[in-house]
Amino acid sequence: MAATTDDHAHDAHGHGAHGHDDHHDHKPGFVTRWLFSTNHKDIGTLYLIFAVIGGLVGGILSMMMRAQLQFPGSTIVADGQTWNTMVTTHGLLMIFFSVMPALIGGFGNWFIPLMIGAPDMAFPRLNNISFWLLPPALVLICIGLFMNESGSGWTLYPPLSNQTYEAGMGMDCTLFALHLAGASSLLGSMNFITTIFNMRAPGMTLHKMPLFIWSELVTAFLLVLAVPVLAGAITMLICDRNFGTAFFDPTGGGDPVLFQHLFWFFGHPEVYIMILPAFGIISHVISTFSRKPIFGYLGMVYAMVAIGVVGFVVWAHHMYLSGMDVDTRAYFMAATLVIAVPTGVKIFSWIATMWGGSIQFTTPMLWAIGFLFVFTVGGVTGVVLANAGIDQAVHNTYYVVAHFHYVLSLGAVFGIFCGWYYWIGKMSGHQYPEFWGRVHFWLTFIGVNLTFFPQHFLGLSGMPRRYPDYPAAFSGWNYVSSIGAYVSGIALCVFLYVCYRTFTSKAHVADNYWGEGATTLEWTQTSPPAFHSFTELPRIP
Amino acid sequence: MSNDAHGATVPTSSGMKHPYHLPDPSPWPIIAALGGFLIVFGIILAAHFHNYLMLIAGTLITVVVAALWWRDVIKEARTPGAHGPIVRLGLRYGMTLFISSEVMFFVGFFWAYFNFLIFPETQGNGETVWPPSTIHTFDPFHLPFLNTMILLLSGTTLTWAHHALLEGDRKSMLRGLGITILLGVSFTALQAVEYAQAPFKFIGGGVYPSTFFLATGFHGFHVIVGTIFLTVCWFRARANHFTPARHFGFEAAAWYWHFVDVVWLFLFICIYWYGAGNIATGH
Repeated sequence: MAATTDDHAHDAHGHGAHGHDDHHDHKPGFVTRWLFSTNHKDIGTLYLIFAVIGGLVGGILSMMMRAQLQFPGSTIVADGQTWNTMVTTHGLLMIFFSVMPALIGGFGNWFIPLMIGAPDMAFPRLNNISFWLLPPALVLICIGLFMNESGSGWTLYPPLSNQTYEAGMGMDCTLFALHLAGASSLLGSMNFITTIFNMRAPGMTLHKMPLFIWSELVTAFLLVLAVPVLAGAITMLICDRNFGTAFFDPTGGGDPVLFQHLFWFFGHPEVYIMILPAFGIISHVISTFSRKPIFGYLGMVYAMVAIGVVGFVVWAHHMYLSGMDVDTRAYFMAATLVIAVPTGVKIFSWIATMWGGSIQFTTPMLWAIGFLFVFTVGGVTGVVLANAGIDQAVHNTYYVVAHFHYVLSLGAVFGIFCGWYYWIGKMSGHQYPEFWGRVHFWLTFIGVNLTFFPQHFLGLSGMPRRYPDYPAAFSGWNYVSSIGAYVSGIALCVFLYVCYRTFTSKAHVADNYWGEGATTLEWTQTSPPAFHSFTELPRIP
Repeated sequence: MSNDAHGATVPTSSGMKHPYHLPDPSPWPIIAALGGFLIVFGIILAAHFHNYLMLIAGTLITVVVAALWWRDVIKEARTPGAHGPIVRLGLRYGMTLFISSEVMFFVGFFWAYFNFLIFPETQGNGETVWPPSTIHTFDPFHLPFLNTMILLLSGTTLTWAHHALLEGDRKSMLRGLGITILLGVSFTALQAVEYAQAPFKFIGGGVYPSTFFLATGFHGFHVIVGTIFLTVCWFRARANHFTPARHFGFEAAAWYWHFVDVVWLFLFICIYWYGAGNIATGH
């Protein structure tokens, strides 16, 4: 790394004129660099590694669950309590410890500064505590799992989560894990919003901002406004459990449905928190590999804003069977259906972007097109479920499980892999092996559809969720679903192999290895970018 | 919120090519995260095993780290070139967002309260009125009203201090800010007296005491935090840290104090006054 300090200045312009090794990196020692970090790229990397760990633990749980459900009458999982704890922990791990750390903490940290032309995040130390609150939260939630004492479901509804039905400290560990993860998200989102509002390169007005940045901005606002309500709700629940209050305890005058309202006021924005950053990534990938600017940029921006706003006033569609009167249900049904409009704007704009483009079917583009398929399937079943009358029949069945796995397990995760393949060359300096990337995509695409599509049939024929066993009548599609899960498990192993091949690769990639379709600022930087990028601000015409 | 003509404010004389402050690596975030972990795990151990050691250790670590981290930020604020105009704008965004999230935290507790106030029949034990018929509430125009007056007065003395600061009148500034802090301490003391006289009990008292004590209790905690924030500002003002042009630390404390004040007004009007039931006598 022969370099002079003046090379910082060249990095801002980042023309590929100079080689990859001549920029100057003041990298501190290991402990200072990784534990005391104030560098957005290193913290982003920590988040991505953390997301892989959280995803693997959550994925192992899902493999065990599908093994249990492969045949009726299995005894792989010891009892119902163990089953419930596994289901709960799987959901919470995937949401708070895999999807959010990857899409928000990982890609958000890496690419918000790079795409707006800023040298780092607004509050670099706050960024570091946002990350470091997560490992203790993971420890706590694993205590809940291994003590077998958090079987409430990820929705934490009392009485399932109260002192009567979950007396042990494991449940408290799970609840406090959410407190820590929530504090992490809150601090991170304040940092993101401040960075995006305050640190855009000169000339980058809000309406010139890349769609990924818009998606992270809307996501961060949802976090700031939704997470504190969850914090209040679980605080009340913890007090009910340990300190003799009666918020949700009917014998003391409390109301369990109150918890459902508070939870879903957070929980519904939370599902958009998980999918919006994926929307942003998909927009860039489709535009890059269609070699066209995104169709209807402003429509895409305001569709995300609309999804964010309307997402706050639809929460009780999760509670159609909780005893609300018919007018309330009619309102929540109408409001929920409205969300299909901006979502449709996005789907059609992505398709219109591809229309007439010179499309390259690289691995990230395959993931993006796969995303369009799975997210549309999940969106369509969402419209079905939004109808209070239909939900009466399929509430808490596998139809709901299929729906939310199509939008999240597939939609958000396809977004993560899409971003990973799109940006791994930029982040690591090494390109992934194209062949194995495609194998990973096709195995995953086949596996997850085989897993979750039959669950629609199971749900419509009445199989309830959250049971470790079922009547023999459901055995056919459950068998197919489990085989699909194993295929996706193999696909995950292929992904680990792709990681191994990528990081051991000797070849280095160019600054903009995707060519003319990739137009955002991160492609003006070296691959990987210097430890400190944009020490001189770029100007946006 | 638009592009703010950032380019115009880039300081070129200092050799920096961007207007931002990039702090060096710091040990405080990871230690603070450890402190947070010890606190929450300590609460669990205290609740289940009556063991308070971890809770105390976690609280100590968190408080010490908060102080050291804050000291670093104050040092940086006084380092020429570190907290330029763009950085100070960023701090304003940050504080605004932090207070917004705090507002949403209180929304949760008010939601619980209004759930029972508007729909008293949702009380699971067959009660049909709110406050529950067995509950005697405080006389809103006794201590609670006095506390309302104290907090409102503290808002005016804080504004007095702010105007004095803008005029460069350090003596009046310290006096106004000092009175604000004393009013804050009096508020906390009177809340403690009120809690001691409460005609209902927190533990096992049912849903009314639950909503009352958590809403007012978290408010009280925020008053204490705000008082500490103002006290730090008092010492900083005495050490001449603030100028009429640059005093964001003070402004942030003032914003926070006004937020705490507004939450109290909602508590007073909605819970103490509008939600008053059978008034308890004898205090």
